[in-house]
Amino acid sequence: MTLPAIRRVSGTALPLGGDDIDTDRIIPARFLVSITFEGLGAHAFEDDRKAVKAKGQTHPFDDARFWGARILLVNRNFGCGSSREHAPQALYRGGIRAVVGESFSEIFFGNAVAIGLPCVTAPHEAVAELQSLVESAPKSALSVDLEARTLIAEGKTLPVSIPENAREAFLSGNWDGTSMLLERWGEVEAVAKRLPYVTGF
Amino acid sequence: MGRTLFSKVWDLHTVRKLPTGQTQLFVGLHLVHEVTSPQAFEMLRARGWNVPFPARTVATVDHIVPTASLERPFADARAEEMLTSLQQNCRDFGVPLHDLGSLEQGIVHVIGPELGLTQPGMTIACGDSHTSTHGAFGALAFGIGTSQVRDVLASQSLALDPLKVRRLDVTGTLAPGVYAKDVILAIIRRLGVKGGVGYAYEYGGEAVSRMSMEERMTLCNMSIEGGARAGYVNPDATTFAYLKGRPAAPSGAAWDRAVAWWASMASDEDARYDDRVTLDTGALEPHVTWGINPGQSVGVSDRVPRASDAAPDARAQVAEALDYMGFSGGETISGTKIDVAFIGSCTNGRLSDLREASRVVKGRKVAPHVKALVVPGSNAVRAAAEKEGLDAIFRDAGFEWRGAGCSMCLAMNPDRLEGRQVCASSSNRNFKGRQGSPTGRTLLMSPAMVAAAALAGEVADVRPMLGGAR
Repeated sequence: MTLPAIRRVSGTALPLGGDDIDTDRIIPARFLVSITFEGLGAHAFEDDRKAVKAKGQTHPFDDARFWGARILLVNRNFGCGSSREHAPQALYRGGIRAVVGESFSEIFFGNAVAIGLPCVTAPHEAVAELQSLVESAPKSALSVDLEARTLIAEGKTLPVSIPENAREAFLSGNWDGTSMLLERWGEVEAVAKRLPYVTGF
Repeated sequence: MGRTLFSKVWDLHTVRKLPTGQTQLFVGLHLVHEVTSPQAFEMLRARGWNVPFPARTVATVDHIVPTASLERPFADARAEEMLTSLQQNCRDFGVPLHDLGSLEQGIVHVIGPELGLTQPGMTIACGDSHTSTHGAFGALAFGIGTSQVRDVLASQSLALDPLKVRRLDVTGTLAPGVYAKDVILAIIRRLGVKGGVGYAYEYGGEAVSRMSMEERMTLCNMSIEGGARAGYVNPDATTFAYLKGRPAAPSGAAWDRAVAWWASMASDEDARYDDRVTLDTGALEPHVTWGINPGQSVGVSDRVPRASDAAPDARAQVAEALDYMGFSGGETISGTKIDVAFIGSCTNGRLSDLREASRVVKGRKVAPHVKALVVPGSNAVRAAAEKEGLDAIFRDAGFEWRGAGCSMCLAMNPDRLEGRQVCASSSNRNFKGRQGSPTGRTLLMSPAMVAAAALAGEVADVRPMLGGAR
């Protein structure tokens, strides 16, 4: 099925510092007790937000300066741990349309691509600079350009990376890939036939 | 140049190179559970797709199962809805379901091997990151998200990029009281929680060759905690002996053909690896985590690190973990007071785990302030343990003996920590809030170490408590 192509995501950003942020933190397991993804957007980082609030501080997701942000800025190994697709769903349903980070866990990255949420990487210094830019000027306009593999922040352009197949999927609108897997059905059946197992060796 | 098991299995299951550059990989066995599948089945309905290979698809219920009572409807109406939905989906799409109450029900990563469904040379997928467990048999097993569950249900295949292969040579002999859990915690501590991103881990070497299948499952289970999406052990005589006679394993003449084929899928002696790491286990101690990711562990006679001792770029993270866990840094890990002891999970909820823990517990009592529970990984594990009298040993000591499920590993059922409770846990993740309380704290360790902590009321070295030979 061809979906709307995603070439560029523009908007304000939300800086979320820290390495190894796991998907249990993005969306705690109790919110997975449901047969739909509905309503997850309100609960992204719920426990982290409460913990920060209890210390009299403001979590970036509760910070009014970042309301309406479409681009999330993260550090290393974002989305590690559980394979729950509820994590990118919670971010997406909370208004995030692209994630810029130093690196991503593989499963999180794949889940994000599958729901139309591009994740691009940039070196540590570049991400840190972006995070402090947005921290000091929350209304800064950012734009992730998948076609050019760049990020434009307040007129300054820097390169970002995304695996070519994910980039191609977004640009062509083929990011929801089941139809592609069904295209050459004879070849799928041929592999099933050549496997000795399940059919009794 | 020889080939790895990874490349043999990958090539055999390759359908084609996709226009995106990824590989369309056929999935030989798809395991399904109630948490990550309902939205996928709904997407199939919306598109009018069916499940073309129901014989390669098996479902069970594990994450939400209450372990104290199986009375229906569940107290949690949303959990009840999830089970009802799974039952309906399996009926509608012709998927076999090992339902609640059946002897075959249990944690999906425990029942797959137990039923003989998990075999060498397969590709396996499941909407759960601990699918890496099945790699213990020499299968390539991938944890996937819900959209990919939809892909596999509808097309029996996945769009994936190949992984690099890192060989981990585990040498030496594990001392009594040191287990596969300690080996994997030590590996993740050394290589880091993101060290395995982009890799499959091939575990080998004399220590792995000597391990039972259940120990190999523990090892492979936590590959994902080190960032590796898949981990595996080459199939050998131990693998074949485990499989023989299991319900879904081949028999008669087919058995001999199967063994020959399975053996042929193992990595060749001269296989080329993208990376190699050696870990000697001769001096390995029982390990305990002190932080908020599985890489943050120390030996039981060590001290919790100080933030000031960490590398400059890791300092903030260590400080955050110490703050959350309530450690100041520099104290010994042993002596850390616990409130809850949990033995179970897809990492360590199998019969051998319960046996080892029961050896520690036998004739002793749980500390009065500790709530201790044993949650067998499957109904079959539970029944086998009861046949050996392990339930009586645990109950006499003051443990609760529960029904099978995921339980307090991730607290999607009523079993959860309260407030800032500290839990000695045989599970796989010590993430913030993982065990159900947003401020709860988890110390990961082997089941025998959990048993020792339950008795002592604090983290304690299990080795002096293990009398006699194994």
